[in-house]
Amino acid sequence: MYTFNYHVPKNIDEATALFEKSSEPKYLAGGMTLVASMKQRLTAPSDLIDLSKIDTLKKIILEGKNLKIGALTTHNSISKNEEIQSTISGLCDLSNGIGDQAIRNFGTIGGSIANADPAADWPAAILALKSQIETNVRIINGEEFFKGMFETILDEKEIITQILFEIPNHFTYVKFQNPASRYAIVGIGLAVYDKIARVSVTGASHTPFRASEIESALSNNFEIDSIPLNSVSSENLNNDIHASAEYRSHLIDVLTKNAVRTYTQ
Amino acid sequence: MESKVVNININGKDFKKSVRSNLLLIDFIREEIKLTGSHIGCDTNQCGCCMVLSNDISLKSCSVLAIQMDGAKITTIEGISDGDALHPMQESFREHHGLQCGFCTPGMIISAISLVNENSSPSEEDIREYLEGNLCRCTGYENIVKSIFSGAEKMKG
Repeated sequence: MYTFNYHVPKNIDEATALFEKSSEPKYLAGGMTLVASMKQRLTAPSDLIDLSKIDTLKKIILEGKNLKIGALTTHNSISKNEEIQSTISGLCDLSNGIGDQAIRNFGTIGGSIANADPAADWPAAILALKSQIETNVRIINGEEFFKGMFETILDEKEIITQILFEIPNHFTYVKFQNPASRYAIVGIGLAVYDKIARVSVTGASHTPFRASEIESALSNNFEIDSIPLNSVSSENLNNDIHASAEYRSHLIDVLTKNAVRTYTQ
Repeated sequence: MESKVVNININGKDFKKSVRSNLLLIDFIREEIKLTGSHIGCDTNQCGCCMVLSNDISLKSCSVLAIQMDGAKITTIEGISDGDALHPMQESFREHHGLQCGFCTPGMIISAISLVNENSSPSEEDIREYLEGNLCRCTGYENIVKSIFSGAEKMKG
């Protein structure tokens, strides 16, 4: 790892001011991916701006029909939070399936979505649930957030402050995971709002997406048998050492059925 | 500021040292403090041989910078026994032969203590799930699980 300048701002204004003054800065959240990437010299920031002391970014607030999770909340704080458990318990299951205990102790929801790993779990929740990503400058609709592999709509200087989820009637996340890393080979998020189904797919492509054909079929008739087979063509899916594109297409069908079963049972 | 003075408490002792920004916590512990019980296995955040407790929660010390740990309280494998008296979890690993080569053992024991701190009566499933982040290449998991099961009982005192 190359050396860099290290800063610990106390608030967001201080963080953005430091960012502007530096030549090639990066923000640090939990660091579970960033520090590893720096060790491999995949990235070499001139300045590392550690956001971990900004406590205003760690709050979990339940407000009417919305759940707001601070960007620096760790995966383990999410999975153990009673308010989240009682409103959108599927988020607790999702966060509890990320990496391992030690990673969940430090990795954060905001860091994960800002990194936009195409095989990460959180993007499935951002897309399936009605969500908003709030930053220090604007509010972004969850559906507009992911732009590609490790790419989001965020400006370089922008800091995610909190993630808002509208509480659904039901949310579940199921994944077929890589047994070593626990990253999703395919992960399916399924949310239901007033009988309207929203289905997201992560891990399968260069960027997470909504499966619109499956959504309309399920919104029409919420039954396993109504899920159209091979509706997500293998053409644009990842083909790699872990799974072929055809296999991923098949997994989307199977995992969606599993997700639907969690609701109908 | 490519280096900074940090205050880190390790096993109850305060250390005030100037560290380079790119120094990993595991290298700080092993090279600067000379506590070599925590091991470097994969160096990629997977094997758990470098597991320590940071403010009582488990952390892979190869995956964080020492500079991030300013003000933290770190516990390594050297900090859990009381002089020559082994920690109950160490005692259980010895009794149940919870190790073969021993390289992963410090990390296994730290994870086990972290588990019992959260859940004083873990089931076999809880233990196996909790060990997701610890790899034993001698494949000695059966005895490791037995050791933790019994260690959890012993820790109740």
